[in-house]
Amino acid sequence: MIPIEIQGVSFTYPGGVRALSGVDLGVAPGETLGIVGQNGSGKSTLVRHLNGLLRPTQGRILLDGSGVGRRHVAELAAVVGIAFQDPDRQIFAGRVRTEVAFGPRNLGLHGAELDRRVREALEVVGLGGAADENPYDLGYSRRKLLAIASVLAMRTPIVVLDEPTTGQDLRGVARVRSIVAALAADGRTVITISHDMRFVAETFRRVVVMRAGQVVLDGTPADVFGESSWGVLASTYLEPPLAARVGARLGLGSTPTEASLVAALAARG
Amino acid sequence: MTLRLSAVTYRYAGAHRDALTGIDLELPAGSVLGVVGPNESGKSTLCLVASGLAPVVVGGRISGSITIDGRATIGMRPHELAQRCGILFQNPQAQLSGTASTVFEELAFGPRNLGLPLATVIERVESSLEALGIAGLADRDPDRLSGGQVQLVALAAILALGPDILILDEPTSQLDPQGTRLVGEALRRLARENRTAILVVEHKTALLDQLADRVIVIDAGRLVREGSSAEVLADPALVELGVEPPPRVRVRSALTGAGLRPPDEADRVLAELDR
Repeated sequence: MIPIEIQGVSFTYPGGVRALSGVDLGVAPGETLGIVGQNGSGKSTLVRHLNGLLRPTQGRILLDGSGVGRRHVAELAAVVGIAFQDPDRQIFAGRVRTEVAFGPRNLGLHGAELDRRVREALEVVGLGGAADENPYDLGYSRRKLLAIASVLAMRTPIVVLDEPTTGQDLRGVARVRSIVAALAADGRTVITISHDMRFVAETFRRVVVMRAGQVVLDGTPADVFGESSWGVLASTYLEPPLAARVGARLGLGSTPTEASLVAALAARG
Repeated sequence: MTLRLSAVTYRYAGAHRDALTGIDLELPAGSVLGVVGPNESGKSTLCLVASGLAPVVVGGRISGSITIDGRATIGMRPHELAQRCGILFQNPQAQLSGTASTVFEELAFGPRNLGLPLATVIERVESSLEALGIAGLADRDPDRLSGGQVQLVALAAILALGPDILILDEPTSQLDPQGTRLVGEALRRLARENRTAILVVEHKTALLDQLADRVIVIDAGRLVREGSSAEVLADPALVELGVEPPPRVRVRSALTGAGLRPPDEADRVLAELDR
């Protein structure tokens, strides 16, 4: 179980675009964290620092108390798994099974253990029947799930999902939600970037809001989507889920999810 | 221009079953048609077929007819078709030319290939950037944009071509809520002011709720439901098909389903929030 400490991290892309400005964020093992914010607010840039794909211009990142800076990407890959936003930048193999096996094989697994990992990861994302297909014969939504399976097969203590619900229908979103819950139940840390406020409110115990490379809100869904945060949310052009707005209107306090709205109404009688 | 599909059945090369079966639809000038349905139901295939890319570029076998203002598009040459009908793919990364070093050049690429005068090209690029609120990206390198920014640039590049018919496959999938709103507003303006006919596949039913005149539901390659967007999106059967109803519909049923508030009270609260 590995705590993450992001300390005063700033990052400027070559060419001068400043993507992160002094981010401080600690994430405890087993936490589930949703990151929201406008396009270009630094969400993807931030998570790419966790596995060393990007190195901070200033500040540092500690995993389990030791700095990421000195460690190789290959070593970090066993600790932090990232499923990228664009599955086509991740998928390269000609067969679904081979794609998922790539990561754990590089961790030194082989034979029956490797097969089992691959099978389990594909089952979890609902692609158990597609193991022998070509990834490019799968539709976009299933390629996204394949990218997630490839990361799950690594069994890293920290799992990062960059916009996992993009292109997913109702069942696909429910599947992602149950994957996050299963990982958390297993004590692993899940960090997820999303633009879907309802999904975030219903799925994560902690929500972080980013604006222009900084963390501007950090708390439970009830904190971040509660009325006292609406001003800051509006400054990032975000709106709380409709359930939160209805709850506030009815004087029920912070009801970030439909379930909490119904429960608050029932409690009022 | 009006796009019409009549009894269109399509099968990918090498596939063992049809991806689309007996699709009839009409997309009149100035209208917005929303398309919803579960994953892998044929929505993206419908985009490829309606735009003429399938079978001309993608291959496969088609039957039935597709016409633009009564003229068959099957057999039309790709460049002829491309001038009438623009398509935005589900993965916007696949859309960029890869040859431009700035967003401005990327947007100019299409109109220049149409042989338009330079002044017109510049005007089109600027108005497309403006429409989507991304004028600030004009000088940026297309390879160094966030996912959502790439999606806006890809859409702006299509708008710069000024097509009469727009086929959009999840145009807002990677956009933040504000980007989604801007795209919705830009598309509404195109339909109202330029009489552009727009077919848009979206999982974000909240957007279709505000944007689409009509909505169709595709399931297993067939058109299973069609009607005004208000009517179709409030249909409880959508959930069984794997389509998420808009928040308005969901919260209303959460409020009323538990028997906690009378429906007119729920409607009143939701209507107040809409203002």
